Amino acid sequence: MADNVKTGPSRRTVIAAGAVSAAATSIPAYAKPAQLPGKPPMRVPVSLEVNGQAKKLELDTRTTLLDALREHLKLTGTKKGCDHGQCGACTVLVNGERINSCLSLAVQHQGDKVTTIEGLGTPDKLHAMQSAFIKHDGYQCGYCTPGQICSAVAVLDEIRAGIPSHVQLDVSEPPPLSNMEFRERMSGNICRCGAYSNIAAAMADVAGGGA
Amino acid sequence: MRSFSYERAQTPEQAAATVAGKPGAKFLAGGTNLLDLMKLEIESPTHLVDVQDLDLDRIEETDDGGVRIGALVSNTALAAHRKIRTDYGVLTRAIVAGASGQLRNKATTAGNLLQRTRCPYFYDSNMACNKRKPGSGCAAIAGFSRQLGVIGTSDSCIATYPGDMAVALRVLDATIETVTPDGAKRSIAIADFHRLPGSSPERDNVLEHGELITHVTLPKPIEGRHFYYKIRDRASYAFALVSAAGIIAPNGATRVAFGGVAPKPWRVEAAEEAISKDRKAATAQIFSGARPTEENAFKISLADRALAAVIAEARS
Repeated sequence: MADNVKTGPSRRTVIAAGAVSAAATSIPAYAKPAQLPGKPPMRVPVSLEVNGQAKKLELDTRTTLLDALREHLKLTGTKKGCDHGQCGACTVLVNGERINSCLSLAVQHQGDKVTTIEGLGTPDKLHAMQSAFIKHDGYQCGYCTPGQICSAVAVLDEIRAGIPSHVQLDVSEPPPLSNMEFRERMSGNICRCGAYSNIAAAMADVAGGGA
Repeated sequence: MRSFSYERAQTPEQAAATVAGKPGAKFLAGGTNLLDLMKLEIESPTHLVDVQDLDLDRIEETDDGGVRIGALVSNTALAAHRKIRTDYGVLTRAIVAGASGQLRNKATTAGNLLQRTRCPYFYDSNMACNKRKPGSGCAAIAGFSRQLGVIGTSDSCIATYPGDMAVALRVLDATIETVTPDGAKRSIAIADFHRLPGSSPERDNVLEHGELITHVTLPKPIEGRHFYYKIRDRASYAFALVSAAGIIAPNGATRVAFGGVAPKPWRVEAAEEAISKDRKAATAQIFSGARPTEENAFKISLADRALAAVIAEARS
């Protein structure tokens, strides 16, 4: 979780320290920040409920929900892939619905309930979908996996709620919990390793009550 | 992304007046297209007026048997609504053929109408683009144009309107209701909403600065088989090369609008009577005056074949 205390430098802190020292040596002492066009950054208070915990932040209006989670709350389970809504690695649940957290400003989510991969389950108590991904080998490098799992959890809810899809022959009928439905509904989550078949198998397992 | 100030509007009239009073202001609803463009600095608003708190998130039946859709109804909620999926199947089908589940949960009805083109030259700020930077030229016309428009285009711009939902709304004769900056209400037929580029492709539609969409109204349902047939380079989560939205009545009378071919949903009502008798002649009339490039001329025959496919399906 966000408040976990780590011992020793992590890969992230080492990289950050390296960037600071590189910057310190490369910027001449006389250089002042250029006057950029546009307004100075506006900061706003943002209150979120993240994985059941109330969080209060003060953020530049430009901060996406994704960056608020990763950079400010240190919940780095949610991944930044394309940062343009094309890959789905940033998928989180907001008030129970999946969205691309990269295409949403944090300030749009005042009071919203956000669930990230860290909130779905923990290493000691995995969510059924997390267990199913392990059982069915639903990943290889793992980078897209948090987004895939959040999306997969939401897809099963969407099907059960009767939300129609492109692959239904009759959109006025309730959709089935089928492999075709899983594949169509997961198309906003790209996996470069190509674990799609196993992801669909994991979803079928959870949908059938197994895993 | 350029910095901006942010506020939430409490009424449509207040939102419209606020945006109208600031040249660099924009409305923010779902943000799925606007944020993407702001990251690329294709859009750089100095002030955002978030309209999410406005009371515009309901779907209501109208007195004449139609439906009034609030501007903030999400694409998912609209597609899943009981009356829409049973009586306006073409609309549900078009919506679920577009974007991804994540995007449809956040994107709104009004925002979908206002989404900007996905022309690759519009998105690449190193390229000349009259839509992004008026007067800079159009790199698309002599460039990679396979995805781009074949009709309704101009010497300034050959970009397409990219969406699916509006193509269905065109066939359903939807009306777009707005509130103008001075607080007046305006109704715009979907046919008149999106503009052809002419010499000012930077304007996608007829809205004035600060005019806010409040509702989209549908007349009473049209009997018949509803279809949305979308042809694209992959089976899901891709923009249309060509799409056809239509309704085939029990007597064979057909109405059809095409997506992916023009700067707006492309429908020619005058050609529709001929569809059931001589489809090829009808599509020739629908695409008369087309100015395709060498790379996208295939779209015209593809549109005819898409229509042929749905007519065959309706007869089966």
